[in-house]
Amino acid sequence: MNRTAKTLRSTIGAKALMAVTGVALLLFVLGHMVGNLQVFGGRDMLNKYAHTLQSLGPLLWVIRGALLAILLLHVWAALQVTRANRAARPVAYEHARQDLATSYAARTMLVSGVVVVLFLIYHVLHFTVGAVDFAGSYGGHADLDGTEVHDVYGMVIGGFKHLPTALIYVVANLILVMHIAHGAASLLQTLGFRSQANAGKVRAFGLGFGVLIGIGNLAMPLSIMFGMVGD
Amino acid sequence: MNLDSKIPEGPLQEKWTKHRFDMKLVNPANKRKYRIIVVGSGLAGGAAAATLGELGYNVDCFCFQDSARRAHSIAAQGGINAAKNYPNDGDSIWRLFYDTVKGGDYRSREANVYRLAEVANQIIDQCVAQGVPFAREYGGLLDNRSFGGAQVSRTFYARGQTGQQLLIGAYQSLARQVNQGSVTMHPRTEMLDVVKVDGHARGIITRDVVTGEIQRHAADAVLLCTGGYGNVFYLSTNAMGCNVTAALKAYRQGAGFANPCFTQIHPTCIPVSSEHQSKLTLMSESLRNDGRVWVPKKKGDQRPASQIPEDERDYYLERRYPSFGNLAPRDVSSRAAKERCDAGYGVGNTGLAVYLDFADAIQRVGKDVVEARYGNLFQMYHKITAEDPYQVPMRIYPAVHYTMGGLWVDYELQTTVPGLFALGECNFSDHGANRLGASALMQGLADGYFIAPYTVGNYLAQHASLSAAGKACVDDAAFAETEAAVRDRIGRLMGVGGKQSVESFHKRLGKIMWDHCGMARNDAGLRSAIEEIPKLREEFWQDVRVPGSIEGCNPEIDKAGRVADFLEFGELMCRDALHRTESCGGHFREESQTDEGEALRDDDQFSFASVWEYQGEGVEPALHQEDLAFDNVKLATRSYK
Amino acid sequence: MNLNLHVWRQSGPQDKGRMEQIQATGISADMSFLEMLDKVNEDLIAAGQEPIAFDHDCREGICGTCSLMINGVAHGPDGATTTCQLHMRSFQDGDAIYMEPWRARAFPVIRDLMVDRSSFDRIVEAGGYVSVNAGAAPDAHANLIPKAEADLAMDAAACIGCGACVASCPNGSAMLFVAAKIGHLAHLPQGQPERARRARAMVAQMDVEGFGACSNHFECEAVCPKEIPVRFIAEMNRDFLKASLCGQE
Repeated sequence: MNRTAKTLRSTIGAKALMAVTGVALLLFVLGHMVGNLQVFGGRDMLNKYAHTLQSLGPLLWVIRGALLAILLLHVWAALQVTRANRAARPVAYEHARQDLATSYAARTMLVSGVVVVLFLIYHVLHFTVGAVDFAGSYGGHADLDGTEVHDVYGMVIGGFKHLPTALIYVVANLILVMHIAHGAASLLQTLGFRSQANAGKVRAFGLGFGVLIGIGNLAMPLSIMFGMVGD
Repeated sequence: MNLDSKIPEGPLQEKWTKHRFDMKLVNPANKRKYRIIVVGSGLAGGAAAATLGELGYNVDCFCFQDSARRAHSIAAQGGINAAKNYPNDGDSIWRLFYDTVKGGDYRSREANVYRLAEVANQIIDQCVAQGVPFAREYGGLLDNRSFGGAQVSRTFYARGQTGQQLLIGAYQSLARQVNQGSVTMHPRTEMLDVVKVDGHARGIITRDVVTGEIQRHAADAVLLCTGGYGNVFYLSTNAMGCNVTAALKAYRQGAGFANPCFTQIHPTCIPVSSEHQSKLTLMSESLRNDGRVWVPKKKGDQRPASQIPEDERDYYLERRYPSFGNLAPRDVSSRAAKERCDAGYGVGNTGLAVYLDFADAIQRVGKDVVEARYGNLFQMYHKITAEDPYQVPMRIYPAVHYTMGGLWVDYELQTTVPGLFALGECNFSDHGANRLGASALMQGLADGYFIAPYTVGNYLAQHASLSAAGKACVDDAAFAETEAAVRDRIGRLMGVGGKQSVESFHKRLGKIMWDHCGMARNDAGLRSAIEEIPKLREEFWQDVRVPGSIEGCNPEIDKAGRVADFLEFGELMCRDALHRTESCGGHFREESQTDEGEALRDDDQFSFASVWEYQGEGVEPALHQEDLAFDNVKLATRSYK
Repeated sequence: MNLNLHVWRQSGPQDKGRMEQIQATGISADMSFLEMLDKVNEDLIAAGQEPIAFDHDCREGICGTCSLMINGVAHGPDGATTTCQLHMRSFQDGDAIYMEPWRARAFPVIRDLMVDRSSFDRIVEAGGYVSVNAGAAPDAHANLIPKAEADLAMDAAACIGCGACVASCPNGSAMLFVAAKIGHLAHLPQGQPERARRARAMVAQMDVEGFGACSNHFECEAVCPKEIPVRFIAEMNRDFLKASLCGQE
């Protein structure tokens, strides 16, 4: 255990931790997207999916706890690395260091990460807890095969018909795409799977994964905003 | 001066084996009681320090560079020789020995050269084991290539950076010893004098070039592995920091200096382009394997190379030396280039260049293969000249590259000062009057890995260690005296407060040396140089400006000290060149040549090493001779025709 | 040509340092960048001022001593070059040129543009070698090495230890240097016995020296004079993680 902890505190270990938790988060984001895309299948389909998840009982909390822990580890690793990086150059260059190779996404990982975390908090408070609900669409109930369930479908449709709310989701997801586009490729390098030969593919994978999540996640607010889905 | 070379008795092939048995050993437990100073961390110094550390001695290793890995051995491009005979082309230890003696124009010591050829194979084994990534063939075996002055392929190489790879091998071995505590590195530290106690070398005085601090270091033996003095010419292929200081100080402390006039002018360098040039860049001799050297047949032909038809080109090396052609040895090729340029056939805007053309090679083996062989050299040439050598021929001209002369050493690499050893380019021993390509790396590593570790032990075994004698050696009066002299000299340099920069004096000295003691030398020129140099030296001490303060980091102080030493040393070189009225190897006396303009050796009069003994400030040095006996090699006129 | 130089001047490690403007006059396009500095220094000395201190030695792009941040780019605008091989034809009359030392906690400034890179030596000392005493080597052909592997080892071994990777990294990370050193030996059979130990020890020392972490910007690769690819960083990561988590203690 001591050995693992020691490894994780090294610069490479911290990056590896960020990469591994990143893989988990990517899988979650993918699953989350696939589940939510059921909104296009109509009220009953989405509500059934939501009801199934909520019926998991204690297991749901285990999953939520695990996700939170993974996220916190990801953030902790990011802070570790950022702190080491800041300390590594105490005196800045007078003439700005020119970037020759990096991308905007790579340079802004910290900022995009912070935005994503803030958005996540808002998202949970909005759709899960219902504490922050500018659109006033949380808390409705619907009938699902004779059972009264939480009307998630109505909540989503109502939420995204509210323009400011929809815009928050659109902007946040665009930033998420950027974070993923660098992160998904970067983690392969960090974990040692990138080589000279597959460098192009690794880059394409990151970009492709980001775009996939982008298309899926943006399809929902945009189509609802423009009235293409919903009642 | 006692010039006993201590060459062991017996047949040539058995001398080293026998001598290794005859040498005294230091008991393993006693080794850690001895302290050894190694000055320089290149192939000779790095290898020696690492190996002595491995044996259990305490080693202090000094270099003026910021890291041991940056010593100028790093710049060697072409390769390292060994008689492995992997290509099955008839090579043998005897042939490597023979080629080296012949290549050196019969001015080296047979026994030393044989030993060098003998341990060369072990060097390759050692380097491979260290992880030196030598070039390999598809079957996984080591690749060999041919090199100037040899008709067999015996050169091992690592792309165009063999020197760097061998040095990294030695440096990593050194790093391992540093990690184990047996070697202490002193980077950015310049050695300024040798300290002698009771006639034996017992330490050095150094200046920390970061803090400016003058320090004393005591040891049971001192090894100088400080390279060559090519920078006396100002423009050379040496690194900017290369200097003669350590060797000159040893000479002033009584070590004989042998054959100082033997300098090697390398035929394939990028020509000088302007007066601001600070150094010359070598293009590896390996390029001559595939490149063809030519000049236009018409005098002063101004057409671009591509517009000169084949039959109007003079491939003068192939014409003059049909059997060796473009692979003629360095001295021969250099002089041939100078001959063409002096006769008015040179190319480029200065007329001081010849073409090295790869068009045929590219056509024969393809651009890819040429790129694989010389890619980094072509890239370097392109960067410096803004010309693409894949499209137009390279322009090359000879430049000062290596110095065969150096501190006189006996068979054990010991100078005439007991306890003071000289390894690598710093000594005079193995290359005679001309060094063959890919032999410098071989000699540096041979001295460092396989010779000095034995012979230094032999010296130590016969002398009680300083720690055993319980002497706080650095408090000895000799240290105080030498340190005071060092401080005084720096103080005087700083105190001149004149108008001219150190650099400007160095340039002027370089011009005198190149004009009168360069590729061709004659009596009148050398005599005038011997008059001019002392005048320049006097001017230096009256009008040099060394800015900045004596404390802390001040690169101008380091430079001033080195140039002051060159100003002294240049005169010694000219004296030696004047005395040796024959032509041999890199030393070409215009008075001594054949009708065809080839160098004419005079074995009756000059079959010896000239060893100069310091006689004091402003006094002419004394000349001694070590006669060279050739029992195994037949003296012959070197012919590469 | 004439140039408007902005040079970092710092009299010693304790001095705070500042940028100083210096006019360079009479510069020819054929000069190397360092010859331009030589000329400027000669002029400074003639004017009774102190010359600019900078690190340099071989001036043929192999010793790795020279080290300048030129207009925010390590070794200047040419790419795949060292400062000593950069020529003034890359600049134009009237250009402003900013010259600064490498900036990193592990590279403290000694004076002006000179920095102390001994941290690199300490990383190598931690384990960047094959433990073989002189004389103990088997025959050079005892191990056959496929050409492709030997070439890869050579690609990594081409590192000249100049520190441009650190200087150009937004994080002041030395990963490319360390990866090149580890990769050189990891691709050779001779490097295998100590492979895990070496990766652990060198990375640990790199962290102790205070270099940053890799965020995969690949700025290092872009300025590396020897064009060492970042694939070696990926390989180092794998070696280090494997050695740290699964290897023998």
